[in-house]
Amino acid sequence: MNERDDLVLDVRDVRTTFLTPRGPVRAVDGVSMSLRAGETLGIVGESGSGKSVLGRTVMGLVSNSPTTTITGECRIAGLDVHALKPKDRRKLWGPEVAMVFQDPMTSLNPVKRVGTHLTEALRLHLGVSRKEADERAVDLLRQVFIPEPVRRMKQYPHELSGGMRQRVVIAMALACDPKLLIADEPTTALDVTVQKQILDLLATLAADRNMATILISHDLGAVEGRTDRVAVMYAGRTVETSQTSRVFNAPVHPYAEALLASIPRIDDAPHTVLRAIDGSPPNMLNPPEGCRFAPRCRFAVDRCHQESPELRELADGTADTHLGACHFPLLPARQEVS
Amino acid sequence: MAGSGTAHMRAEAGPVLAVDDMVVEFPVGRHQVVHAVSGLNIDLLPGETLGILGESGCGKSSAGRAIMQEPAPTAGSVLFAGEQLTGLKSRDLRRKRSKMQMIMQDPVSSLNPRRKVRDLVAEGLRIWGFDGDDMDAAIRETLTAVGLDPDSVWDRRPHELSGGQCQRVCIARALMMNPDVLICDEPVSALDVSVQAQILNLLERTKETYDLSMIFIAHDVSVVKNISDRVMVLYLGKTCEVLPSSDMHTRSVHPYTRTLIASIPGGEELASVDDPVTGPVVVDTPLVATATELPSPLNPPSGCRFRTRCPLATELCAAEEPQLREVGAGHFVACHHVAVS
Repeated sequence: MNERDDLVLDVRDVRTTFLTPRGPVRAVDGVSMSLRAGETLGIVGESGSGKSVLGRTVMGLVSNSPTTTITGECRIAGLDVHALKPKDRRKLWGPEVAMVFQDPMTSLNPVKRVGTHLTEALRLHLGVSRKEADERAVDLLRQVFIPEPVRRMKQYPHELSGGMRQRVVIAMALACDPKLLIADEPTTALDVTVQKQILDLLATLAADRNMATILISHDLGAVEGRTDRVAVMYAGRTVETSQTSRVFNAPVHPYAEALLASIPRIDDAPHTVLRAIDGSPPNMLNPPEGCRFAPRCRFAVDRCHQESPELRELADGTADTHLGACHFPLLPARQEVS
Repeated sequence: MAGSGTAHMRAEAGPVLAVDDMVVEFPVGRHQVVHAVSGLNIDLLPGETLGILGESGCGKSSAGRAIMQEPAPTAGSVLFAGEQLTGLKSRDLRRKRSKMQMIMQDPVSSLNPRRKVRDLVAEGLRIWGFDGDDMDAAIRETLTAVGLDPDSVWDRRPHELSGGQCQRVCIARALMMNPDVLICDEPVSALDVSVQAQILNLLERTKETYDLSMIFIAHDVSVVKNISDRVMVLYLGKTCEVLPSSDMHTRSVHPYTRTLIASIPGGEELASVDDPVTGPVVVDTPLVATATELPSPLNPPSGCRFRTRCPLATELCAAEEPQLREVGAGHFVACHHVAVS
């Protein structure tokens, strides 16, 4: 139990099911993960893989309701988010966990000034005076490298560019010095040159504050090189998780391997034929039996269609852990053959 | 460009599409004008794929649409298959333009949700009065060519298809018109990573089988490099660099192109690797990713439009607009500070 106590985040077998008019959708289906202070976890997956719902479930933004059922445990600071009363859960938001969303325009209130966004959180959670909140807000803007922070405080969100707005959103998330930051596609709405700046900024801030970070993205490139560990999700489940470099260099799950191979690389010659994955991700109203990737997997045999593989240890001794959910993982010997 | 010029235009061969000094401007009231495209020159040879690369606001979509004459460019001309499209009567324009088809970014919203796949694919030909017994056969053939099973999608509507399948339907719609030129405006950016490769491979394959020339507009350096023969890099409505796509990451020299390459993962290291055979064209281009953001297209900077973010900018860049100059075989750059080797 002691081992679990120093975890910033401890998620055990969480399942999120939404009741829809067309039937139940299990968006997250038995995911476990844990994070220590200062650690960075990347969650990658395509749309519909459940990565965003997982982020929101962990945060407690998705909670039990007549149309939503959550099972399993999400412990933040040792407290099970979904066992707390809504009022107590809200107390975690800010000092313990904060979130940065994809679209910076819709995360900001268009009729409030930048400064108000920041001081609101500071005064509510930390109970500081108006003057001190102002000072801290300017300091936060400076920390996210916004030029002329004093002038920016008085501006409205529409007066800022997309990149600047996302910096404001990050400053808001940092306002109460959270121990865990969940960034859900933080750069997807931004231009490529700005994306890099924002991702670098998040990495720097996390390192400076020894803050645990979850970076959720569909962009494998955004996660590579900026995270310690990565979890690849497919159809609501984790199919592979290990140190980032191991997943990228020696993936064991056929989906992870195929996903990496399907991306065009800048050092490939023009007109290189890409190795596409046939088909498309499954409909979560009616996910396939057995391994959910089996219908698209080039190695699938009968067993894959019948029996769902467990996430199990597949390390070859050189890594701490390398978990994969596949009956026939791609171990080094096999990769040479294929 | 972040300068201007026509140095990159190839005089010799007969292009299927030639764009001459095209300007696209949008009035936005109070006598203000958005300068979306300012003096663009393009020549597209038969069978060629030209990639147009740039961030949002660089004018790449406006350029694509202006070539299609929807809306027509503010100034300049578009020569397609030997005929000026600008200034044609709308009736003649429509007839001519049917040989030039466009694929849009969001495949779902570019299809009428109330129509079935078979009608969506046949729509173009029906507008031109073709219909009859052989129509079904033609639709089946085209659906098969884009990798859809005609029997299973025949009566389906767009909401019953995935994004990738919808994009295949859009491609089939375009192919039904037997076009000469396909203009693809961010055709894969709304798709999932695993589906993106399918569509890129499909476009490459259809280009061969249908004998197409293609303009491929996108913001992703690796995607553009993969599909193009030549790449044109745009910034705030001006051309920065034109080069063969094989030289993209080893020999591009414009500071903006370098910035784009440096912002892809692993790009920083890649960008600094010298080509062992030819060596870099220029060695003194620093790879500083610029910190500031795109200036307003309402009031673009004087001279070189990239100068406000450029690590090499000097007074000369503000005073004088750089012209495209040749720095290597088929490689043109509009920058005052790139030495001609």
